Amino acid sequence: MRPLTEEETRVMFEKMAKYIGENLQLLVDRPDGTYCFRLHNDRVYYVSEKILKLAANISGDKLVSLGTCFGKFTKSHRFRLHITALDYLAPYAKYKVWIKPGAEQSFLYGNHVLKSGLGRITENTCQYQGVVVYSMADVPLIQREREAETQAEGEAGSMHREPDVGFDPGSPGSRPGPKAGAKPLRHPGIPLIVILIGIS
Amino acid sequence: MGRKLDPTKKEKRGPGRKARKQKGAETELARFLPAAGDENSKRLSSRARKRAAKRRLGSAESLAMHKFPGAKPLPGKLPKGISGGAVQTPGKKGAQPLHHGTQGKKRPALTHSSEEEEVEEEDSEEDGVLNQEDLWGSEDSDADMIDDYGADSDSEGEDEDEELLPIERAAQKQKVQEAVAGGQWSEEETEEEEEKGSLQSCPQKDDETEGGLQINVDEEESFVLPLPGEMEQDAQAPDLQRIHKRIQDIVGVLRDFGTQREEGRSRSEYLHRLQKDLATYYSYGDFLLGKLMDLFPLSELVEFLEANEVPRPITLRTNTLKTRRRDLAQALINRGVNLDPLGKWSKTGLVVYDSSVPIGATPEYLAGYYMLQGASSMLPVMALAPQEHERILDMCCAPGGKTSYIAQLMKNTGVILANDANAERLKSVVGNLHRLGVTNTIISHYDGRQFPKVVGGFDRVLLDAPCSGTGVISKDPAVKTNKDEKDILRCAHLQKELLLSAIDSVNATSKTGGYLVYCTCSIMVEENEWVVDYALKKRNVRLVPTGLDFGQEGFTRFRERRFHPTLRSTRRFYPHTHNMDGFFIAKFKKFSNSIPQSQTGNSAASTPTSLDLPEVKGQVTPKPEGSSQPAKKARVAMKTKQQLQKRQHPKKASFQKQNGISKGTDSGLSTVSCDTKSQASSKLQDSSQPTQEIRGPKVTKKLKQQSATLLSSKKVAFWKPNGPPKGTDTEVPVLSLSKTQDTLKPEDWVQPLRSTRGTKKVKQQLPAQPSKRAAFRKQNGTPKGPETPAMSPLDSSQPPPAKRRKSQSRGSSHPVLS
Repeated sequence: MRPLTEEETRVMFEKMAKYIGENLQLLVDRPDGTYCFRLHNDRVYYVSEKILKLAANISGDKLVSLGTCFGKFTKSHRFRLHITALDYLAPYAKYKVWIKPGAEQSFLYGNHVLKSGLGRITENTCQYQGVVVYSMADVPLIQREREAETQAEGEAGSMHREPDVGFDPGSPGSRPGPKAGAKPLRHPGIPLIVILIGIS
Repeated sequence: MGRKLDPTKKEKRGPGRKARKQKGAETELARFLPAAGDENSKRLSSRARKRAAKRRLGSAESLAMHKFPGAKPLPGKLPKGISGGAVQTPGKKGAQPLHHGTQGKKRPALTHSSEEEEVEEEDSEEDGVLNQEDLWGSEDSDADMIDDYGADSDSEGEDEDEELLPIERAAQKQKVQEAVAGGQWSEEETEEEEEKGSLQSCPQKDDETEGGLQINVDEEESFVLPLPGEMEQDAQAPDLQRIHKRIQDIVGVLRDFGTQREEGRSRSEYLHRLQKDLATYYSYGDFLLGKLMDLFPLSELVEFLEANEVPRPITLRTNTLKTRRRDLAQALINRGVNLDPLGKWSKTGLVVYDSSVPIGATPEYLAGYYMLQGASSMLPVMALAPQEHERILDMCCAPGGKTSYIAQLMKNTGVILANDANAERLKSVVGNLHRLGVTNTIISHYDGRQFPKVVGGFDRVLLDAPCSGTGVISKDPAVKTNKDEKDILRCAHLQKELLLSAIDSVNATSKTGGYLVYCTCSIMVEENEWVVDYALKKRNVRLVPTGLDFGQEGFTRFRERRFHPTLRSTRRFYPHTHNMDGFFIAKFKKFSNSIPQSQTGNSAASTPTSLDLPEVKGQVTPKPEGSSQPAKKARVAMKTKQQLQKRQHPKKASFQKQNGISKGTDSGLSTVSCDTKSQASSKLQDSSQPTQEIRGPKVTKKLKQQSATLLSSKKVAFWKPNGPPKGTDTEVPVLSLSKTQDTLKPEDWVQPLRSTRGTKKVKQQLPAQPSKRAAFRKQNGTPKGPETPAMSPLDSSQPPPAKRRKSQSRGSSHPVLS
């Protein structure tokens, strides 16, 4: 476990800035303590300092995970955000897309969303913008990159589900699969549902 | 642990062989009630009526032709049979207590004739007849064989009525049989069961007509244990029904052994037979079944075995980090799940009765709103009661259900270290914790036994030890046969090591904690009470109530073993009584961070009188630096002596007082050694542990209070420790001191005894052995300390110890003292 190097930090922040813009500082300085990012086995973990102290005692080869995994660095040093980061990114998302209830279920199970399925969308969202997808109950579903749509009004644009977001390779039984927003379960302030395009 | 049986994937089986629609009780009984004949007569076709007439005629003939000598009384018995029929038919159609597949085969046609009066109601009885026909499936062929009666041969060729006839015939035959002496039955049986000629448990149906109670009595009385030779034949082709019946018989006999035993057969033969039968019937290995027979009384045993055949209900636990139970229940009900709250004892549990969607794949599950968890797995975390901002260690955490429960109780504050030795299963922990939104957890992959070395000082520790799995047989039936004596002992050994490591990882001086919960999903005493008892002897811990108000108490004695009386505060759960997986939970509180020195062979078991002070002295002198054993022995001897003899030696007493043994602290054990050690420790500030130092003063303080005169002079010799006394218990420090400082050889306190008892001597002693003490201090060992301290007041003349700690009195060691 080690802190991120400059390079890695830059890469990661660049990626996150696509979704949350410049609000990165909010992630680090939280009211309930200082959080930081640590790199371990090519994965970036978001931990509070209290946990960090205890984790420092554990040798590297025995440490499996700490806090929340935000994403990982690939072999070519690109950073992939994981679904587990959604809870932290969603509150600060700059561009949001809301899906209608009908399209939501289909989206959850991996299909593209046509423009007609969009309920709301933040202004000025350009193509290939990283967005956080919400259900109509303001439940964040996933963060995605937005594909071309508004080319022709008449044409149905679409939001592709670029697999931008991966997920932790849990064991088959535990891996979070597609999750849907369940409206009755809204819990204020916490993104309830995450769509994970993943098939175990 | 993984769920190997997925109850949601159970295949639905169609109606079985015996499933038949019944028309209802009225129609069933109508056969036997002549009053209804008028209505039903209309339903008979003309041919049926002719047949009926023929039968009536034929029955008279058949009676004469019937091979059974008792045929003639049949007409007389008919009314009885009929009247009794109403009572018996339900039995016949049901579990067939009167009738066994093997024995029912040959029902003479007499029974048929006896029911001819009810033939008119054949139509209405079809269904019932069909039912019976199934049960007596082979009866038709037999009826053919015994088809001496012309009426029967006619009826067989016909259609629907045909079904009635054999059954009716069978019923009538049965009645006749019952009327007849039992000898006939045994004849039949021997024909069928030649290989088990001596078994006559079932045949005694002749008494059935005389009433239910008598039937049972007769059966049991006549139950004869098959000879061992015949049993071997049984093994080759076990007839489960027969075995089942035999099991019931034997249980019945054993319940009232005095009156129902067979002459010449001992109880152990019955038990042996029962064990074999149970093993065959429920597919257990002999070893495990033997263990279960030791554990449960017979009636419970059968229930337990039955409960293991059936899976427990699915339960889930709401993730309160993300939702509330009410909301989750509503959402799941909307999806089509039939559920209920788990019980009064759980605020987050839900039990699922059935579901139209897979419970493990709903969007709510994937969003982390709930976790599939067994009801018994929620209990240890409830017992642990983690508080916010604590440091918790979960030593064997996979697949993460308990860890996430801990995190949700702590509301994501504090730190949890979730550890497991199995890398594969750790992945599931990672997945589950991320899914459920747990952020305060570190997941590590250590062997649990490495723990205090890696990191220690936790407020609470949860140890869900790997076990033999005998409590979750319903989830994993392979346990029935693949567990052996060696497996159990290996598990027990591992559990003991893990438990000791876990205890060492707890910080006893934690402000809010100092607790450890040990739990297993096993019901074996070797893995539960024995391990707990072992830990009580080896470490400074005591058992505290778990906070669970239901569940069976743990054993304080089992066969030849005796455990500490506080084991009553542990809890056992069984599948057949609580409808949850078998479980065992024990909650410890650690009262001292020091580790008692091991005293092999001196564990309280040694009798107080075994060692004499002079002996101790003798031991001490030769090798003060050598093995700690003589020192320990001496110490033990000292303590025991003190207690038993009630300070027969004034010198000793005074010596003890010298050392600052305060009776008030009730740490009798530590007494002499304790004090001197404490003194030594205080002296050696660098090496002594802070706790020890702190405790030292406490002890001395107490001493002052208690024995003013004696101690006054000697107190001077003793050091006043630095720092304020710490710890909750004075006893604890004293104990720990005594335990940790193995070095304090009897020398220290013996010599003063011998000699002038002057403080000077002691002083001299102390500086003389700083190195040794230091060396010893670091040694760990099992203490005898905890036990001996229980020894109450050292001096008879002194006021009794104010605080008597039950926990210290290890039951087995010093009954006299404790």
